[in-house]
Amino acid sequence: MQKKYSWYSLLKAGLNDQDWDQAIPLIQPKSKYDVIIIGAGGHGLATAYYLAKECGINNVAVVEKGYIGGGNTGRNTTIIRSNYLRDEASSLYEHALKLWEGISEDLNFNVMFSQRGVYNLGHSLQNMRDIERRVNANVLNGIDAVVVDANEIKQQIPIINISKNARYPIMGASYQARGGVARHDGIAWGFARAASMLGVDIIQDCEVIDIEVEEGRVKGVKTTKGEILADRIGCVSAGHSSVLAKMAGLRLPIESHPLQAFVSEAMKPILHTVVMSNAVHGYISQSDKGDLVIGAGIDGYNSYAQRGSTKIVEHAAAAILELFPIFSRVRMNRQWGGIVDVCPDACPIISPTKVEGLYFNCGWGTGGFKATPGSGNVFAHTIAQDKQHPLAEPFHIDRFTTGGLIDEHGAAGVAH
Amino acid sequence: MLLIHCPYCKESRDQSEFSPAGEAFIARPESPEGISDEEWADYVFYRTNHKGNHWEQWVHTNGCRKYFLVERSTISHQILQVAPFGARNSETEL
Repeated sequence: MQKKYSWYSLLKAGLNDQDWDQAIPLIQPKSKYDVIIIGAGGHGLATAYYLAKECGINNVAVVEKGYIGGGNTGRNTTIIRSNYLRDEASSLYEHALKLWEGISEDLNFNVMFSQRGVYNLGHSLQNMRDIERRVNANVLNGIDAVVVDANEIKQQIPIINISKNARYPIMGASYQARGGVARHDGIAWGFARAASMLGVDIIQDCEVIDIEVEEGRVKGVKTTKGEILADRIGCVSAGHSSVLAKMAGLRLPIESHPLQAFVSEAMKPILHTVVMSNAVHGYISQSDKGDLVIGAGIDGYNSYAQRGSTKIVEHAAAAILELFPIFSRVRMNRQWGGIVDVCPDACPIISPTKVEGLYFNCGWGTGGFKATPGSGNVFAHTIAQDKQHPLAEPFHIDRFTTGGLIDEHGAAGVAH
Repeated sequence: MLLIHCPYCKESRDQSEFSPAGEAFIARPESPEGISDEEWADYVFYRTNHKGNHWEQWVHTNGCRKYFLVERSTISHQILQVAPFGARNSETEL
């Protein structure tokens, strides 16, 4: 039996040669569950956790072809904020941010959520108009946001270059103080452990090879560990969503692209907040370990390869040096890519499908990490009640047919 | 980094000269007013998003500025063949 983590357990394990209980049991799947979640990333594990905790459905399996949090959850730049322009999007991301604020206590797992603030820079008059509009929309929606000018930014971040001679001079920014970063795989481990304590089976190294559909109803999945039956199946597999959809005879309005990030060698604290710029397109923060975490845009071509082009890396590095010339001689340590599922309107799909009992939570594109707890929460309710959670309603897949798109892509005026 | 052969310039050039332009062989419906919303949505938004060999369009932005077809693996990024527009109209055509 797994035990609660506490000061006492830390002390006891410390004195007993780090004798920790296994956080998540390694188990084989049963033949039938009430709900199967495909994909044990942050969103999938969060879905399983909230199904068990809030919806009274404990007979849940999460199947994962690799290991928990080994996909985009462990590959992103961990930026968390909720300052989106559209009501639909900001309500969803704010729901997530509120859950983040209590998640370490809730899960009994330190996810190292650090509300160190997020700056979204503006480099032109139009950027600043967009930023003011977005900040006003945020304030009307009860989300903390302020507009700051270049001098205020310089006061807070002395190493930033606000020279008027820069190619794209910084004119100001929006600032969300409640935004920040978290430990990316911490959130996956935390949800996995808390869900498994509530009776959820987390089955790693178990790839879904087919989704069985009978008379328009989902029946179960064929996996590398045998057949598993369930009346309801939730697909939360990010870059591979189209592959799963195809197994069930569906198509999605999604394309998979590589998104890259890289980190420098660790150094002493120099950047205490998160800085993002859509105009020069780069975003940067410093992890607790001390390395600079840098990301940029996607490659334009489709890919499932978990790697991208060097020109994107070069572009991101150029953007960061434009903002922080002091980093010009910082040595980079590691670089990697993840496969993101991009929707035409840059908003997720949290929706039932034409196949009864089959639900998709996908299309988070380049910005899903910040939504992890909120995404799992509304998706769990959507599956449990076979009816979309009110916050998920605007994100029905039918919006691509009705035309009710949520135009967040450019309107947010910020990188995701 | 990809090395792409432009079928018009007849030269293999660095990827940075080119821009990707999406899935190939998506034909605009001949009578848009005569089809359902589902069919129109499928044309505008829905994509095959192949995992494996995939026909797509590229444009030689910093070269001849012409669009052409490329068959590329979305798993390994290997380019299998290129073709000018009109040389083929579907994935399966020989």
